[in-house]
Amino acid sequence: MKIQIHSEVLGETKWYEYAVRFLFGGSITALAGIIAKNFGAEIGGLFLAFPAIFPASATLIEKHEKQEKERLGLNGTKRAAQAASLDAAGAAIGTIGLACFALVVWKVISNHTAWLVLLGASLLWMGLAFLLWQIRKRFALYRRRNKPAHSTSKRAAAGILARRRVKR
Amino acid sequence: MKEILLRFLIGGAVVSAFALLGDLFKPKSFAGLFGAAPSVALATLGLAVATEGARYTAIEARSMVLGAIAFFVYASVVSWVMMRYKWRALPVTTSSILLWLGVASGLWYVCLR
Repeated sequence: MKIQIHSEVLGETKWYEYAVRFLFGGSITALAGIIAKNFGAEIGGLFLAFPAIFPASATLIEKHEKQEKERLGLNGTKRAAQAASLDAAGAAIGTIGLACFALVVWKVISNHTAWLVLLGASLLWMGLAFLLWQIRKRFALYRRRNKPAHSTSKRAAAGILARRRVKR
Repeated sequence: MKEILLRFLIGGAVVSAFALLGDLFKPKSFAGLFGAAPSVALATLGLAVATEGARYTAIEARSMVLGAIAFFVYASVVSWVMMRYKWRALPVTTSSILLWLGVASGLWYVCLR
């Protein structure tokens, strides 16, 4: 599947859903600062990679996916869980970029202009996350193409038999 | 108090901006990348450089590497559980925060203490 922009999703999201994300994001940023002040930068730094809005985003994706299926008269529970799972898989790939972002800031910020380091590290995160996502996508495609034919044909045969039984 | 409020506002704005970007894209696995954007880090490190200096920021970033590894474990487990058992997202994602806390503090204990 190609990368697409779906701007109509913005209209579907309610104002309080945006507010929840703002609240979560703001709270965890403030909390990271408070922890760093009281327990030191070493512990406070851990919270810079805290999954702050991930639960809110995954819940939102699940809800939208379910609503979409229910509009078509289908039960969307399974599809909604799959969508949330795929979102989490994407986040897992993004965390590799996030670790590299932190690594670059750690090693470089003391000797270079801070805003340039933060900008460069952000671009690195974006580039690396995109590259790894592409690799995963191609790998998944390759695996699907090279899947042993008998496993799919077995499942297809089982489906045909089941349908025949229903017809009878 | 003023600094905390500033952190809250900047953090909320940056995190919301990345979340909005995540909403816009499809497929979902690509949109998920934005769930691991350095949003809290950008807001915090930017302020830390201005108030505490580069050395302090470098220490925070070093710990962040461990936090990111914990996030990787967290997101992988959530993805697997959601795909395998089809449970609701809210209980899975919120209860797994304990896993993030456990892995992050374990790594801190082993690597930095």
